[in-house]
Amino acid sequence: MNLNIFVQHFINALSLGSLYGLVAVGYTMVYGILRLINFAHGDIFMLGAYFVYFATIVYKLPWAVGVVIAIIGTTICGLLVDRIAYKPLREAPRISALISAIGVSFFIENFAVVVFTGMPRPVVQPPILMQPIVLPGDVRLIPLGILVPIVAFVLVGCLLWLLYRTKPGLAMRAISFDIETTRMMGVSVNRIIALAFGLGSALAAVAGILWALRYPRVEPFMGMTPGIKAFIAAVFGGIGSVPGAMIGGLILGFVEIMSVAFFPTLSGYKDAFAFCLLILILLFRPTGLLGERLEDKI
Amino acid sequence: MSEAMLKIKNLNVNYGAIHAVRDVSIEINRGEIVTLIGANGAGKSSVIRAIMGLVKSRSDEMTFISPRDNKPVSIQGKPAEAHVKLGISLSPEGRRILPQLTVEENLNLGAYIRDDVNGIADDMEYVYSLFPRLKERRRQKGSTLSGGEQQMLAVGRALMSRPDLLMLDEPSLGLAPILVEEVFEIIRTINAQGRTILLVEQNAFAALKAAHRAYVLEVGTIGLSGTGSELLNDNKVRAAYLGG
Repeated sequence: MNLNIFVQHFINALSLGSLYGLVAVGYTMVYGILRLINFAHGDIFMLGAYFVYFATIVYKLPWAVGVVIAIIGTTICGLLVDRIAYKPLREAPRISALISAIGVSFFIENFAVVVFTGMPRPVVQPPILMQPIVLPGDVRLIPLGILVPIVAFVLVGCLLWLLYRTKPGLAMRAISFDIETTRMMGVSVNRIIALAFGLGSALAAVAGILWALRYPRVEPFMGMTPGIKAFIAAVFGGIGSVPGAMIGGLILGFVEIMSVAFFPTLSGYKDAFAFCLLILILLFRPTGLLGERLEDKI
Repeated sequence: MSEAMLKIKNLNVNYGAIHAVRDVSIEINRGEIVTLIGANGAGKSSVIRAIMGLVKSRSDEMTFISPRDNKPVSIQGKPAEAHVKLGISLSPEGRRILPQLTVEENLNLGAYIRDDVNGIADDMEYVYSLFPRLKERRRQKGSTLSGGEQQMLAVGRALMSRPDLLMLDEPSLGLAPILVEEVFEIIRTINAQGRTILLVEQNAFAALKAAHRAYVLEVGTIGLSGTGSELLNDNKVRAAYLGG
């Protein structure tokens, strides 16, 4: 394997991993607060891709505008999912909300089939993102491959700043330990939960947009596999931990890309690696890499 | 001094079929320390949690009269987060420190409803002056504190919203005797600085000594009430709660 190919694989792994990370952060935030696995999160990601597709390809809006519309639209959808499917079940046993999440996921996917048809639609990539840059040593990079991890790291950095340096962030971290005590301090819990859903959905929208650019097409079930992979990444990194989700996503991206790069004959097992990783972590470190130990939760 | 701050008439709390609190009426005047004593399971915590809006309750009246504007506000059925804004705060039973947040973050959470950065900083210094140990440990996580320190943090956190009525649920529970004394000393100090206090305690002796007035709760109803010293000398109270 020459340097050029290795760098290509490395950038691919980095950008795939950071996309998993962006989606995983949404899973982890909602889980941290509500102990709910938001199965619809992968479908929110899909909606982000469709929003940008319609805005830029169908309605021919500039990409910058399309991206903003997609983020806003997807965030609203994420908030609606919480409002309609989860909020009425806040006091119900956790399993009810989980079942509701699975239902919402099926609903969004099939609703998308009805509205958008099941046909995959091609996304026309902006040429500026695809023009290879030639570096010394004949290493060729496409700008999109570099853009994806940069965007992901900047966004997760912003999220960490929000969590650790602002009042809503403090409230969000507090709620994940003890909802009642946090309410006693004057925090309106539902607003903070909505914030978590909103932020998670916005990040999923960005991931969906970048995904649609990278694998240039959109279809109603495109959120399923990345959604499951991102969930695995969140568990791997330690569900509830935002840095953990990002690290889990990156590790998963590297395992997937590098295993195929070094063992091309195993390429058919690409998805299986993710699940092997999940099984291993559950066996040997069930709290994930950065997960809090359970006894710390009061 | 006899202006009422909190008036409760016929408070009832049910947990399913269990009638935990039955027609309890309490009045707290501005500037007082009022204590609610009683045996384990008498419903003391239920009363305080009902006042804070953490459990469902019924009553004929539950009115809070804020010294800020002297307007009576019904707090019956209001959610807990609304109480803090009115000027009521609670240091809950079991301390309920957020274990993964630092001492300082716990205190900042107590000031969540406030936006006056300078005032919050002043109050944090005030809390640190009451509890110098917390200042030493301000960057440590809540989970690393000892039981006594956690109790101090719980009281300090409840003070950070600048409450007019401070409610303390079992502040001496699980503390070494020397710390119990310290906690009650600080409760008196806080009160002397002008804050009204409702104190729920199992340690009846210490609570009655500190309080201006007291109510004795017996299986969900008020059995006796009076000033702290009256009840300290009451034979029934002595026999039941003070060990002779």
